[in-house]
Amino acid sequence: MWRFVLRRLLQMVPVVLGTTFLIYVLVFALPGDPIRVLGGDKPMPPSVYEALRHHYHLDEPLVVQYGRYLLGLFRGDFGETLNGQSVSSLMASSWTVTAQLALTAWIFELGMGIALGVWAGLRKGGIVDSLVLSGTTFVIAVPQFVLGYSAQLVFGLKLGLFPTVGTDDGWPYSYLLPGMILGSLSLAYIARLTRTSLVENMRADYVRTALAKGLPRRRIVVRHTLRNSLIPVVTYLGIDLGNLLAGAIIIEGIFNLPGIGQQVFLAIQVKDGPTVVGISTFLVLIYLAANLVVDIVYGALDPRIRYE
Amino acid sequence: MSETADTLAVAQTGSEVVGASASLWSDAWRELRRRVMFWVSVAILLAMGLMAAFPALFTDRGSNDRCDVKLAKHRPPSWNPFAARGHPFGYDTHGCDYWAQIVHGARAPMIVGFVVTGIALSLAIVLGSLSGYFGRWLDTIISRLTDILFGLPLVLGALVILTAFPDHGVWTMSLVLGVLWWPTMTRLMRGQVLSVRDADYVQAARMLGAGDVRIMARHILPNAIAPVFVYAMLNVGVVIGYEATLDYLGVGLQYPTVSWGLQLSQAQELFVDYPYLLIYPAILLTATVLSFLLLGDAVRDALDPKLR
Amino acid sequence: MNTPDPAPGTPLLQVDDLHVEFRMRGSTVGAVNGLSYRLEEGETVAILGESGSGKSVSAQAVMGILDTPPARVTKGAVRFRGTELLGLPEKRRRTYRGAKIAMIFQDALSALNPVHRVGDQIAEMLIVHRGMSRRDARKRAIELMDHVRIPSAASRAGDHPHQFSGGMRQRVMIAMALALEPDVLIADEPTTALDVTVQAQIMKLLSDLQEEMAMGLILITHDLGVVADVADRIVVMYAGRAVEEAAVKDLYARPAHPYTEGLLASVPRVDVRDRALSPIKGAPPNLAAIPSGCPFHPRCPRAREERCAGEVPALRDVTGTGHWSACHYAEEVLGG
Repeated sequence: MWRFVLRRLLQMVPVVLGTTFLIYVLVFALPGDPIRVLGGDKPMPPSVYEALRHHYHLDEPLVVQYGRYLLGLFRGDFGETLNGQSVSSLMASSWTVTAQLALTAWIFELGMGIALGVWAGLRKGGIVDSLVLSGTTFVIAVPQFVLGYSAQLVFGLKLGLFPTVGTDDGWPYSYLLPGMILGSLSLAYIARLTRTSLVENMRADYVRTALAKGLPRRRIVVRHTLRNSLIPVVTYLGIDLGNLLAGAIIIEGIFNLPGIGQQVFLAIQVKDGPTVVGISTFLVLIYLAANLVVDIVYGALDPRIRYE
Repeated sequence: MSETADTLAVAQTGSEVVGASASLWSDAWRELRRRVMFWVSVAILLAMGLMAAFPALFTDRGSNDRCDVKLAKHRPPSWNPFAARGHPFGYDTHGCDYWAQIVHGARAPMIVGFVVTGIALSLAIVLGSLSGYFGRWLDTIISRLTDILFGLPLVLGALVILTAFPDHGVWTMSLVLGVLWWPTMTRLMRGQVLSVRDADYVQAARMLGAGDVRIMARHILPNAIAPVFVYAMLNVGVVIGYEATLDYLGVGLQYPTVSWGLQLSQAQELFVDYPYLLIYPAILLTATVLSFLLLGDAVRDALDPKLR
Repeated sequence: MNTPDPAPGTPLLQVDDLHVEFRMRGSTVGAVNGLSYRLEEGETVAILGESGSGKSVSAQAVMGILDTPPARVTKGAVRFRGTELLGLPEKRRRTYRGAKIAMIFQDALSALNPVHRVGDQIAEMLIVHRGMSRRDARKRAIELMDHVRIPSAASRAGDHPHQFSGGMRQRVMIAMALALEPDVLIADEPTTALDVTVQAQIMKLLSDLQEEMAMGLILITHDLGVVADVADRIVVMYAGRAVEEAAVKDLYARPAHPYTEGLLASVPRVDVRDRALSPIKGAPPNLAAIPSGCPFHPRCPRAREERCAGEVPALRDVTGTGHWSACHYAEEVLGG
């Protein structure tokens, strides 16, 4: 088990290096000069300009800059934004917002998604099943931003059920509507995945055995099929944590939540390289950590899986 | 054993396998023919395809043609577009006939949807089969590469690259997204090839002396490709939704290009007072995405005999 | 349970004119078309047939575990010690399953739940039906595993099905089926998925346990060789019907139906040397379009006139000593 974790951690190293390097190169390729952006409209004396370039190591070759960045990263230093703020402290302030948003979305999709999927799967071909199937397809087909601002208008402004912008009302109230919108797409996938998986498992041979054992239907569903059916769903739920953080870029914009999605979006626009790279690296690390947790949980759920 | 016997045996195994996959598709077709949803989605997609290819069939105006700022945001005369004459969808924010703009808005998302999927599918078929069939170091390299791209959230990657090339048109955007899009399909393709590679009939063909190219082309690809194909079909719809999202974030297509995504994006602030600006393009976009999803679903169900 | 004492002479299990249909998208397939047989206390009956002959489906109908839909019992009766099972409400029917009539399946790997420990899967029977405590049930499960000769049962009870070999897995299935000491055990191709040497061990175990517990045993198989030593009587099924029923010795020595004759001629026998094997011509019948008259007539070497194609032969006692055959010319077949 620990060898498995260690091996997976080692496998992650090239992925982390590759991904951060990729982002580094991309950000480096952003047109325009960040130092000029920093100076604003006022002309900047060449000496100051050179000094700033040197301060941010922009006068060194790309690979050296990247190496320097990596070294910092190992010490837990995510670098410095162009305003001189440390990226770590920037993330610390915005991270809690995104974490609460993602958590709300995650709880919503987990609870509702599995419940709807099980309900539909047990009544395959019935009205509930058709409603769940068509409803989820619809949610998948409508772009999330349209869903987001329509919901903001209808449930927030018109009906006044939820706060529409900002985080003034704290968790969970401020995060309910954005969280549900953020989780809606995954909810649709989870409901469908749970349904398919349950329907498949209900046809499995071991269900016939359970019937032949004279078990009540309720026990067959709860003790025998559900656990088997949820194995792929758990995988999805884990990997989805990364997707939720990325989806926050859109949702935080609509609902004006000051999370890391907003930060990275703004940073891209002002070509603030260190912030973009820092936040991206952080997202990658979370994504990989979630993957590792999924693999471990997977083994606990399915005894056939061995940690090789 | 004589050489003719060998050739004969190879030819027979070959034709059997090809025959099997051919009957898979013809069975699927027979199954599809009697599904209402299949025909509904095909009809919608044909209409949208015609709109994208020959907008002149639907409107006599060009894109951004005969616009008059004085007419900006003139509401449609009636909520029932079929009852109204003249300009049934009203005017957009620039005073262009909204129906004409929506018709012209079909082309960009359709091109992006198909080109991105095409690029990703081609890359996935090549990389996935190489990686699955030959294994070893080739597999390691390709798999790590997919891991790296998986770690990078797609929105983030697209945001950074598209910001780096601010003057991109439909084709550049498709290229950028296509390059980011292949990992999922490649993993799928690799898994398919792996599962077919060790099948008995492939072993038989190999023992009878068939070469790698022949085994790949005649035995592995025809049997591995169906699920990847279905995924690609669904994927066109997903890409179209994505294109709209990037338009919304301001890094997608720019004026004077006309696209549903831009229209939806512009509608956001005006949606409260001018809901038609949102509703009409949203209906067309959702119908298109939905049709791709339903078509993909229908084909997948038809190809999977277990679900019948 | 509240089963009334059956009248003397009532068979342990009686299947009467059983019909099972599969309805799929407009077409109806008759999987079992009027099957009748009886099982006495302590007796072993083998049901023999090709795949698609309806042998497994009829067993599932007896258990009441058909996939409904698409499968449905349309006619017939299944009586356990005189109690009709088919009309019982599910709640009461369930008390028979596992407790009075138990069943084991061909592929124990897929028939056991992959995510639960085998000990718990056996114990579940006792917890649900007898209301035993988890602890006592586990203890009993280990005894049962020991009883079916699984080595070091106490430690293996905590293992999962995939950690066992094929033969050991089938033993787990048997232990589970016997947990409530049922009166009837239905074994659906219990050894088909196993190696030949293991097959013999499992058959030996089944017949030992049957004798020890005085159960009725229904052995479903397509393999003539497997049942020869174990069964008392054999029911041969074709196209969802019984075509011949006889004591094992009689059936082997003098088959009274051309299909049985064909089956015997198509397997090698140790006792008859240098005999040419002759497979049965043609393909098993399409159940959606069962041939008219005697369903076997298109493949039958003895078929003639319009009689075989036009008239369904009834199952009748040909010798007057309990050798039943559904062939118009059974006497002729008997004569060789």
